Amino acid sequence: MNGPQDMGGMMGFGPVAPEAGEPRFHEEWERRAFALTLAMGATGTWNIDASRHARETLPPLTYWSSSYYEIWLEGLIKLMGERGLVSADEIRTGKSAEPPRGVARVLKADMVAGVLAKGGPANRSAPAPARFKPGDKIRIRNIHPQGHTRLPRYAHDHAGEIVRVHGCHVFPDSSAHGKGDDPHWLYAVRFSVRELWGHEGPDHVHIDLWEPYLEATP
Amino acid sequence: MPHDGHDHDHQGSELSPVALRVKALESLLVEKGYVDPAALDVLIETYETKVGPRNGARVVARAWCDPDFADWLKRDATAAIASLGFQGRQGEHMVALFNTAQVHNMVVCTLCSCYPWPVLGLPPVWYKSPPYRSRAVLDPRGVLADFGVKLPEDVEVRVWDSTAEVRYLVIPLRPAATDGWSEERLAAMVSRDAVIGTGLAKASA
Repeated sequence: MNGPQDMGGMMGFGPVAPEAGEPRFHEEWERRAFALTLAMGATGTWNIDASRHARETLPPLTYWSSSYYEIWLEGLIKLMGERGLVSADEIRTGKSAEPPRGVARVLKADMVAGVLAKGGPANRSAPAPARFKPGDKIRIRNIHPQGHTRLPRYAHDHAGEIVRVHGCHVFPDSSAHGKGDDPHWLYAVRFSVRELWGHEGPDHVHIDLWEPYLEATP
Repeated sequence: MPHDGHDHDHQGSELSPVALRVKALESLLVEKGYVDPAALDVLIETYETKVGPRNGARVVARAWCDPDFADWLKRDATAAIASLGFQGRQGEHMVALFNTAQVHNMVVCTLCSCYPWPVLGLPPVWYKSPPYRSRAVLDPRGVLADFGVKLPEDVEVRVWDSTAEVRYLVIPLRPAATDGWSEERLAAMVSRDAVIGTGLAKASA
């Protein structure tokens, strides 16, 4: 969806402001919100695409005025509420009022290192051969899905060139909505800054894009 | 350690609304049996003290010293990096981007904050924030200027918007006059920003 997360090419946010000697976390609550998000993710009740979609469907003005861990926190609360793990009353009071729902797994301290080392690979066996190869010229489809997507708006309808075939990966547009992995080929696509922005110069932008976002150039 | 624009109370006697909300949420989720507080502590300790940009610097220094390793990085970065013990969550599919005298690579995630955790740890605030995410693709040289980096006009800047589960690691140019330096000494001059592509490796650092 054309949500607040889709920022590539927007203007007016000001200069980048690196903080010298930045700590990993600025506040104690950020540590806990970060860890709660990972630990609840490990229960297996949703996948990474659903969790991104929960954050990106926050009201745009909330999203833009929140810090990153505030966005994570509100996304987490939304995911748990939608799946009946907690109620709005329980969130308000911090006290359990209903029996817990069963979850596939509870992350224990001695499991953490193993779970992190394993990660969650997104590559899958391919249902069909890749349609494109490096060097192929393509155009990005002009599509505006209502649901989750990883196609940034600034790429719409632009001509690019395949530079790398990453493999066949879980398709977020399906996976975020409980429609299974629906694997599709994933490519790195190269665009000139003239094509994207009308700028002169030798520079290029590359975007990782799935095959359903692309069409062959006639 | 105070910083601009926030009223801090590190004593915990007057928690901010968001801090109170997180505290209530944690006690609820522990009471429900969904999370183990000891696991939360291990997660925090891992990303606060164990995983960070030193890992990425080691990968870069090895690539500078060992042509076979550099070649392996080009062919299969995930496996090459795992051989140094860095793997897993948010680094499942790694690609190494080698800077040259003619090409400078720079990584962004315009849609969220995708970042190679096993080699760089958690991203800094600026990487996750709208100024960087919006401008890195539109005006990469302007963003580089914010970091004090100016490249010759004829050097091609390649921006990589990591919209998928592929994570990119920039291998910066090795500074001149570092022949014979040990891997450790080389790694010490590879900053986090150099591996994101918003900085350069510097011998004088």
